[in-house]
Amino acid sequence: MQSAVDTFQGDGPDREFQNYLGRGEFRLQQCQACNETIFYPRVLCPHCGGFDLQWRLVSGEGVVYSTTVVRRREEKGGPYNVAIIELAEGPRMMSRVEGIAADKVNIGSAVKARIATESQPQGERHIVLFDLAEAGSSGVANAGGGAG
Amino acid sequence: MGHSLRGTAAIVGVGHAGMGEAAGGRNALDILGDSARVALAEAGLTIRDVDGLFTGSSFHFMPTLSTAEYLGIQPSYFDGSMIGGASFVNYLSSAALALEAGLCNVALICYGSNQRTSVGGLATMSEQQPYEVPYAPRYPISSYALATARHMYEYGTTREQLAEVAVAARRWAQLNPDAFEQADTSVEEVLASRMISDPLTVRDCCLVTDGGGAIVMVRAERVDDFEKPPIYLLGGSSATRHRQITSMPDLTETAAVESGQRAYEIAGVGPKDVDVLGLYDAFTINPILFLEDLGFCAKGEGGAFVAEGRIAPGGELPVNTNGGGLSCCHPGMYGIFPVIEVVRQLRGEAGERQVNGADIGLAHGNGGVLSAQVTAILGTAATL
Repeated sequence: MQSAVDTFQGDGPDREFQNYLGRGEFRLQQCQACNETIFYPRVLCPHCGGFDLQWRLVSGEGVVYSTTVVRRREEKGGPYNVAIIELAEGPRMMSRVEGIAADKVNIGSAVKARIATESQPQGERHIVLFDLAEAGSSGVANAGGGAG
Repeated sequence: MGHSLRGTAAIVGVGHAGMGEAAGGRNALDILGDSARVALAEAGLTIRDVDGLFTGSSFHFMPTLSTAEYLGIQPSYFDGSMIGGASFVNYLSSAALALEAGLCNVALICYGSNQRTSVGGLATMSEQQPYEVPYAPRYPISSYALATARHMYEYGTTREQLAEVAVAARRWAQLNPDAFEQADTSVEEVLASRMISDPLTVRDCCLVTDGGGAIVMVRAERVDDFEKPPIYLLGGSSATRHRQITSMPDLTETAAVESGQRAYEIAGVGPKDVDVLGLYDAFTINPILFLEDLGFCAKGEGGAFVAEGRIAPGGELPVNTNGGGLSCCHPGMYGIFPVIEVVRQLRGEAGERQVNGADIGLAHGNGGVLSAQVTAILGTAATL
């Protein structure tokens, strides 16, 4: 029996996101029905239920929505920042603001994305980090060249 | 004309055991079983009478099965929906529905944990969030810290106001012989304690204790068979807006807005009618958020609202009269305890901490990282 819609095709959205980061591209899914850009990656739009999600380059620009300092002991590496970044395209993501003391990160500060690569037991993992926008950071290929 | 579920079920037995530090070598189910024994004895029932089982666990993947086996029962209806610590407030509504539908006749809602004496920290089976893992937030405190920081940013809430919540909880605990933390404390002491995830210190965090609790619920038509004054479920509702903190639409407002509105509507009451509250205080920001979201003060005014002892003994609004998760007990999931405390207050059994003339109580459960919000309104026979 034919179903009303085709099932999701291709690699899983998590893997696709990783693959783009590995190529130096910070891309998020954009719903072609309602135009919302979404994070985290998934197979349907959480705003409208649409299925047609296209990977768009995003600007990498964002604002610190909230921030905390995890007070890890000095002997274990010292304190570090954990922040929620609101991206210019709408969605929020957890990350870390670098290049500034963990407790000097302020809500409302403009930040810019950078892709970093970490070695993990399972292999490389690409993650998105942020620097203060004033610091003139770069590193996201095609940053600002996103569609729409 | 009231809602069809209002007052259909009543709590006729409550009990707790092992609160604080359970005696050596007791496991989670021992503490649960002990709590169940106490609650059933209050109701004049035995474990053989239980045919409805509602439980969640920090240690058992299939908690209803493990618990039924341990207790030696074969319930005709069971529910183990896991929404974190809020689960146990949620079970009040599912038990009432199952009782009303005749799927069971005696519902036992129960929980037990030996996390303090076994793990020595938070015992949880919660999975890590893949898009949080690389940044290593401390679970769950960093998520609550992020919500707190945003509330401070938007509304000027202060660390002193957060500390007032911890001090109020301790002052209530000092009136409750079963509460784990009894030592005097002060706003200054809370502010000076060790920072864990800014702006939350160790004293802004709930305790790590053992403990168990149990609640026996029956259809309202049977309440005359029981010795204790029945405490009716007037209304209850659950709500969620997110699972992980980055998906929370507004870090300063929880889904308690929806759970509260729906619970009030079923109960036919509003915040002004509530005499006593049990608000799940995993962190000091929680009662501030819930007082706002449940309509006790305007959004953003929760910090000022809790200051100057308003929710402490002798204050205008009694909140967490057992000492809460901050000072009474927090065995991993705390949700059953605010219900038990509200029941004791409505029965007039709360001793030194009794709120005079309490007829309507509100118990509010929180689960995950502000992710699940569950409100229950309870009342005495006078409120039917």
